[in-house]
Amino acid sequence: MPDMRDAQRDYVLRTVEERGIRLVRLWFTDVLGNLKSFAISPAEMENALNDGMSFDGSSIDGYGRVQEADVLALPDPNTFEVLPWVDSKSAEARVFCDIAQLDGTPFDGDPRQVLRRNLDEARRQGFVFYVAPDIEYFYFAPGASDGRPVPLDHGGFFDLTTTDITSALRKETIRTLETMSIPVEYSFHEDSPSQHEIDLRHTDALTMADSVMTFRFVVKEIAAMRNVHATFMPKPLESVQGSGMHLHLSLFKDDVNAFHSEDDPYNLSDTAKSFMAGLLRHAGEIAAVTNQTVNSYKRLVPGFEAPVHVSWARNNRSGLIRVPVPKRGNELATRIELRSPDPACNPYLAFSVILAAGLRGVEQGYELPMESDANLFEMGDAALTKLGIEQLPQSLNDALKMMESSSLVAEALGEHIFEWFLRNKRAEWRRYKTHVSQFEIDTYLRSL
Amino acid sequence: MTSAGMLAVYPDTPSVELARTLDLSGYSWKGVATPEVMNRLQPSDGWMGAIVSCDDDPDGGWAMCRALRRLDQPVRRILVMITGAQIGDLEIRENLFDDFLLTPFHPRELEARLRHMFYNELTAPSSSVVEHAGLRLNLETYQASFGGRPLDLTYMEYELLKYFVQNPGRAFSREVLLSEVWGYEYFGGARTVDVHVRRLRAKLGEEHAHLIETVRSVGYRFGASKWSG
Repeated sequence: MPDMRDAQRDYVLRTVEERGIRLVRLWFTDVLGNLKSFAISPAEMENALNDGMSFDGSSIDGYGRVQEADVLALPDPNTFEVLPWVDSKSAEARVFCDIAQLDGTPFDGDPRQVLRRNLDEARRQGFVFYVAPDIEYFYFAPGASDGRPVPLDHGGFFDLTTTDITSALRKETIRTLETMSIPVEYSFHEDSPSQHEIDLRHTDALTMADSVMTFRFVVKEIAAMRNVHATFMPKPLESVQGSGMHLHLSLFKDDVNAFHSEDDPYNLSDTAKSFMAGLLRHAGEIAAVTNQTVNSYKRLVPGFEAPVHVSWARNNRSGLIRVPVPKRGNELATRIELRSPDPACNPYLAFSVILAAGLRGVEQGYELPMESDANLFEMGDAALTKLGIEQLPQSLNDALKMMESSSLVAEALGEHIFEWFLRNKRAEWRRYKTHVSQFEIDTYLRSL
Repeated sequence: MTSAGMLAVYPDTPSVELARTLDLSGYSWKGVATPEVMNRLQPSDGWMGAIVSCDDDPDGGWAMCRALRRLDQPVRRILVMITGAQIGDLEIRENLFDDFLLTPFHPRELEARLRHMFYNELTAPSSSVVEHAGLRLNLETYQASFGGRPLDLTYMEYELLKYFVQNPGRAFSREVLLSEVWGYEYFGGARTVDVHVRRLRAKLGEEHAHLIETVRSVGYRFGASKWSG
């Protein structure tokens, strides 16, 4: 049997030829989670698959190194896809790349390599990490004169807004996603005006991180074609709920769902419980990665279905972790839902720190705290303290402080990204701190 | 690019059994009504061979054989189909055909004769193109299409679909699919099969997603053959 990598390579080269591909876009991700790309001609593709394409990494956020600026992009042939929205006369394709140093060793500034390393660690313990995200986002009208976001509709949760342009956009987006190997489970109009949610079907974490990158690109691209702006900003409108990216998580060992147990009333195995305990104990440390903007923390406030407290429950949407009730008898569907991440995160890094926190709990046999099924928003601080329930970080600054002293996050991200991320985000916080907001002008200018 | 050659078939509306056997064996063919049409449709690299039915219309059939031999690139592989009563006709026409088959014929016999006749031209004609209900996979170019429209697949999606199309109507467990398509050493576990089946169904679209059926407590089955109904 020929080597699978050779067979994949042949498959890609043959497809480039047969489909008349004019350009192949090499996709990769910077440390902040922005999609980066450069295009090569079909003639260069064979060379790229065999030896990689070198480029100057110093212009990419988080890639810069003192001694060596050049890095290699190594296409991952199994991610090769023809781009469905490009006219077939000038067909284009994309392929995700791993970034390596010129000697071929993984480049430690590449988020995809970071996730690979963390998944390898899980694999050594026999686990495959599966993720299914529910991604929320907003559609806005293009550039209002004062720069304020203008919603396109005023529909609510599950509203049928059939004549609405946003429904057409969402439909077109889903069709495009499905032709790009990203099956959609559900989609609907969310609570807020112009807010939509698309839920993806679970895959292994690396494929899903690629899918989230593709997803954000496709949503924005399809919207832009109709002169609409799509945004994954966590909290674009002050008075309505923000956009989260709830993650449904499970670990499989061989073909068995390691989160499932017949004996437990919630069907949660010991592995699931200690994984949850790991997420709870390290929730503050990983928050800067799962919620990486100043704006992220304006979503994590009481009253908007976003988590504020470090707690879990079977059916309580104010907690950090929810345990959804799977359809009866479907042990493959036993999973936990982490509700804090937002869609502006870097999915490779977010999945990495989440997995590391959960696995730490499994390795060290953390004990799962009591379930909190009360509405925590209605409880006072004293009552919460008595229950031992902490809050998530209140600001990016709080989150960075907790991350800074976390050896778990440093290990999961690697020193290079850990240091760069902290430096970059502290600078963001400083810029924010010196900004005088409209709130302050309105509140203080006349009264003081 | 055509790696498998084209067959001329006379008359231009061959019997259902003949068309079915050619399709299922993966041969490319064109029906030709007259020598003029045959001339006009001739591929630039010539006909790979011809199947001429002389049972209904012996004069037209033998005329076609002569025309095929007179081409600038004469056809060297001609199979004639005759009735038992016509065996005597063969004697004076030995130069016009390379093999013959009595009608009514058995599809397995036709298949075997064609395979033997084109042994030098094609090592395995039946394996280069597989089709099922509008779905077509060219195993040489790795290209898939549905109803004539290209179907863009990733490598593993293509490999899984190929396995399904080559084994229609059979139910496979996830474990079997994993070992046959991915290989034993693959680490993803049988969930990988589910993930790829979903991706394939999504790409086939709602209308055709049912081609890959879930068989409860077994695994998956690719739709029943179009020929067996």
